[in-house]
Amino acid sequence: MTISAQKAAQQGRRTSLARGRSRTAYLLLTPFILVFLAMLVVPLVYSGYLSMFKRTLVGGETFVGLQNIISVFTDQRFLEGVGRMTVFFVVQVPIMLGLALFIALALDSGRVRAARASRLAVFIPYAVPGVVATLMWGYLYGPDFSPIAQAFKAVGLTPPDLLSSNLILASMMNIVTWEFVGYNMIIMFAALRTIPLESLEAAQIDGAGQIRTALSIKIPAIRQAIMLTLIFSVIGTFQLFNEPSLLSKIAPNVIGTSYTPNLYAYSLAFVNQDPNYAAAVAFVLGALIMTVSYVVQLRGRRKVSA
Amino acid sequence: MSFFSTETARKSKSLSDVRRRKRTSKLTTVLVWACAAYFLLPLLWLAISSTKSNSDLFSTFGFAFGNEFALFDNIASVFTFQDGVFLRWVGNTVLYAGTSALIATALATAAGYAFAKYDFGGKAAIFAVVLGSIMIPLTALALPTYLMFSGMGLTNTPWAVILPSVVSPFGVFLMRVYATDSVPDQVIEAARIDGSSELSIFFRFGVPLMAPGMVTVFLFALVATWNNYFLPLIMLSDSALYPLTVGLAQWQSMSAAGGGSQALFSTVITGSFISIVPLIVVFLYLQKFWQSGLAAGSVKE
Repeated sequence: MTISAQKAAQQGRRTSLARGRSRTAYLLLTPFILVFLAMLVVPLVYSGYLSMFKRTLVGGETFVGLQNIISVFTDQRFLEGVGRMTVFFVVQVPIMLGLALFIALALDSGRVRAARASRLAVFIPYAVPGVVATLMWGYLYGPDFSPIAQAFKAVGLTPPDLLSSNLILASMMNIVTWEFVGYNMIIMFAALRTIPLESLEAAQIDGAGQIRTALSIKIPAIRQAIMLTLIFSVIGTFQLFNEPSLLSKIAPNVIGTSYTPNLYAYSLAFVNQDPNYAAAVAFVLGALIMTVSYVVQLRGRRKVSA
Repeated sequence: MSFFSTETARKSKSLSDVRRRKRTSKLTTVLVWACAAYFLLPLLWLAISSTKSNSDLFSTFGFAFGNEFALFDNIASVFTFQDGVFLRWVGNTVLYAGTSALIATALATAAGYAFAKYDFGGKAAIFAVVLGSIMIPLTALALPTYLMFSGMGLTNTPWAVILPSVVSPFGVFLMRVYATDSVPDQVIEAARIDGSSELSIFFRFGVPLMAPGMVTVFLFALVATWNNYFLPLIMLSDSALYPLTVGLAQWQSMSAAGGGSQALFSTVITGSFISIVPLIVVFLYLQKFWQSGLAAGSVKE
């Protein structure tokens, strides 16, 4: 065999090997891709499709194009819900992520006694279902047997009505903060543990204190992890459902059926029996969340490069 | 840089912790402990309240024990109320969460390994789509999924809760990172030279090496389904099929409706307490897995 023929044969073997390998790769991917398509892509497309119809008593289903989607954008109840969630996001997320970052930095600095136990204590609420957390806080906010109300009464004060329309949003923020500080803290803490020791030692040699080191080395080093927690918070906030839905059972006059956009979509579909318009609301809400997440990500990137 | 490839950095860092530990700060310690108290006190209240009778709940201070120790009476009433439906809810929760977490882990492991260890056409594009889908809010999907399922007669069956829960894009992402670092290319090459087929390499070498990462993905998929309320709420109408979250919420609204069902308070509280114990135990027991798994996800883009 000539050298070139040998080479060609080798190359032929290599390409058939490569083909075999990518066949294996597709084989391993297929199960996931199938459920991904069936449970994520198809419902997404279907909700877009559904939103283009309107059901009327006389005419049955009629095609209305983008009419439903357009009316969502001028729907007072939807916009109020989005506005409420924007307030929620602007106030609660900085508190939650700030607290998580503080605890993560404090635990990472090695200056806290019983750090391991503290870390677990902060994380434990993540293992508590949102439903149970809301039930529990609901009782703690209530007037009957809550230790908060009892403490106020013990010193002769009238306990504040934490379920009143003035305070309900703050009460809800407290529940969500309680649930998710630990999760975000663990993400940040885990990232902090991977900062190479050398860069920290260099800062120490330069005489930087703990706070200085945290601000100029640690926080920039874990920017990626902080972005991740921010994105998760955008998604979590704008689709808030469990907390308002359960609190509405004990404060029905305060939390209406459109208190959050998601609650609104739910009641449209299951109370008003209008799945087409509900699909339009869900679709717009989803698009809104993806847009906000994307903008947050872009801004984060720009800051890194600046 | 990822958590798994920086084992040495971490080890040398914990040495420096030993050095630093001599200088614990009182102020920082007090602040962190105050935070820890904020997270633990409500759970302590829940634990204490589950030992109280309904009347003690109203007449004694929240963080003090009642006049009688009613924990066992309360547990008995949780498990006997409405013909013992609570036990069914426990079983349903374990079934839904366990099954979907197992399937989600298997799918994510295979896909993550394929992304990490193979080159194939469209790899970058497919991965980008999967990663981008993390941003799709699940509740935007729940409604159309419900309408689809009701057309197929799948609503009000366990599948209605399990099927949507087996897709875990974040799990695929974690497993890709994990496979990259924990399955050495040399091992795969050596097995190829020995004549092993690609699939048997995956099962005989890949899976055992990826086991710790799989535990992490399993755990987070388990929690996601265990704690899910929205999906089972819209999918299930038969209370015998409810998971704990939907069942407890139903009991709460019964007790909130007040009147004759006031005696339900201690039952709801004890039921809530019982429902959180298993997950807390699992998390404490498997600490090192979820902590390292999250680390992998948080560091890599």
